[in-house]
Amino acid sequence: MAFVPGQPVTAVVQRIEIKKLRCNDNLILGFSIGGGIDQDPMQNPFSGDKTDKGVYVTRITPGGPADVAGLKMGDKIMQVNGWDMTMMTHDQARKRLTKKKEDVVRLLVTRKSLQDTVNHSKCPYYKNHDNPNEVLK
Amino acid sequence: MDTESTYSGYSYYSGRSRGSHRHGERSRDRHKPRSKDSRSEKSVTINTPPAEPLLGDSAVRGEQIQDDNWGETTTAVTGTSEHSLSQEDIVRITKDLEDSVGLDCRRYFTLTLAVILGLLVFLTPLAFLVLPHLLWPEKLQSCGTACEGLFISVAFKLLILLLAVWALFFRPPRAGLPRIFVFRALLAVLVLLFVISYWLFYGVRILDSQDENYQGIVQYAVSLVDALLFIHYLAIVLLELRQLQPSFSLCVTRSTDGETRHYNLGQLSIQRAALAILEHYYCDFSVHNPALLSASKSRAAKHLAGLKVYNVDGPGNNAAAGLAHSQSRAMIAAAARRRDSSHNELYYEEAEHDRRVRKRRARLVVAVEEAFTHIKRMQEEEQKKAPGDVMDPREAAQAIFPSMARALQKYLRTTKQQHCHSMESIQQHLAFCITNNMTPKAFLESYLTPGPTLQYSRDRWLARQWTLISEASVTSGLKDGTVFLLKCVDFSLVVTSKKIPYIQMSEEYIDPKSHKFVLRLQSETSV
Repeated sequence: MAFVPGQPVTAVVQRIEIKKLRCNDNLILGFSIGGGIDQDPMQNPFSGDKTDKGVYVTRITPGGPADVAGLKMGDKIMQVNGWDMTMMTHDQARKRLTKKKEDVVRLLVTRKSLQDTVNHSKCPYYKNHDNPNEVLK
Repeated sequence: MDTESTYSGYSYYSGRSRGSHRHGERSRDRHKPRSKDSRSEKSVTINTPPAEPLLGDSAVRGEQIQDDNWGETTTAVTGTSEHSLSQEDIVRITKDLEDSVGLDCRRYFTLTLAVILGLLVFLTPLAFLVLPHLLWPEKLQSCGTACEGLFISVAFKLLILLLAVWALFFRPPRAGLPRIFVFRALLAVLVLLFVISYWLFYGVRILDSQDENYQGIVQYAVSLVDALLFIHYLAIVLLELRQLQPSFSLCVTRSTDGETRHYNLGQLSIQRAALAILEHYYCDFSVHNPALLSASKSRAAKHLAGLKVYNVDGPGNNAAAGLAHSQSRAMIAAAARRRDSSHNELYYEEAEHDRRVRKRRARLVVAVEEAFTHIKRMQEEEQKKAPGDVMDPREAAQAIFPSMARALQKYLRTTKQQHCHSMESIQQHLAFCITNNMTPKAFLESYLTPGPTLQYSRDRWLARQWTLISEASVTSGLKDGTVFLLKCVDFSLVVTSKKIPYIQMSEEYIDPKSHKFVLRLQSETSV
């Protein structure tokens, strides 16, 4: 999940579609985010590379829309509805997720176990070999 | 029999307080191995009045093995004790005699030379001023106002020169160095040449031609005195100021026990550096104690005595050198293979010694503290009220000394310091401490740790006559890596010098406004 500056970021991602839940006057998704380019990446307990300033899922409300959709704690959010999330400030990320006009958010998330699964399924000899399914710009 | 000796006073005390332990002590002394008698025990001084520092041994008594028995009932010490000189003392006396004669000759020689030069220098301007009046008084122009003003200037400058020369040169000499002091000799030669050239000029141009311009002559004399003041400035810079800036770090190690110190000195010649180091030696290094080396010597002897090499191949072998070489190699190899347990012995011996020292020290501290409680300083008012048993410090010291004498003696013997302190010096020190209201701890401080050499009396220094041994000439300057030795009768000081490095410093400017900080954020938002 580490990136090389100047090179395209490659990762194995999973598509997750979350339907927002209307609660009083708010649309809630049921998870919390942490991280961002204006935050301190060293405090991130979920990232493999402690210089990764991406946006991570830090908490999932059990039984909420995110939990139902299959979002897991520790996922790194790569895209929200087509918008890139890898170079976003914390506040911008929050705004992208909480647009009042959108009922559904489609996320592309990545986690380490995805890469491991791909490696195992391809060939048992492959270890830590980056062979992505999707190439993201 | 000197019944009025100082011992009779406290023999009464010690007899009373330690009656039951006396015989036990004596028998233990008897069972002590005689081989422990080291050189230091022989050179203990028993101060029968008058005290004579050169006399080493005391009488050999029938029942007492220990020599210094000033802590126990000394019924045995009488005026009939034998006095004898040990070999070292004889050597020391002869050396002192022959050296003092040689040194004095040289000292007086240089002193007379210096006095002659000084007189020449001071009388020259006066002679320049007076001679025209004596030789051609009628031709001489009268001295106007400006000229008489110059007289005052000459007088004051001469006075300043006199004071300056007295301050710089007429100080008691610190030491006698092996070679001449190069800078001083150069300066003396410079002054001499200078004065001679002035005299030459004066003799040729003024005396021969009998010049009438007296003001010119006075100005000439003033210029001489000015130039002499400048030469004195040069002398100050060369002799005093040049070596103030430290540029060498000298590491001084004593060859017998390895005590090491470092000193920073400026650019000096080797002999002057050696002098500076010796002055520091007396103040900083702890006193040389030969009794502490006996243990390592006995260990070394045991190593040597362990193996003997026999040649089984017969006498028809290589040259003697090759034979000796192979012999020593064989010994070294055998010693390496031998399973030696001397390290074990050393470890346990040292642990036992430390324990013993600590125990004796504890007893000593308690005894001294108790002794100090027996006396009290009398206040002014009380002095008038009770003129009963008033004592001056020396008597007070003698009164309380016996109660701590034994513990102190045992402690000194355990730490092998007993030859550094005589009973008289201990009582003197005790009186001194009592007079100055010092605590028992302050009194003990000089006995618990060996102090610098200066602290002890002259005859215990074991370091009086020094020889400078150097491969480079002793008047050459110090360089990086210079090594020289200062040898004295019992030990030597090894001195190595290292240059203090040249420091290249650069500067970095920090704008005070550039100190800015930002919080590390780690916020979590729920969406």
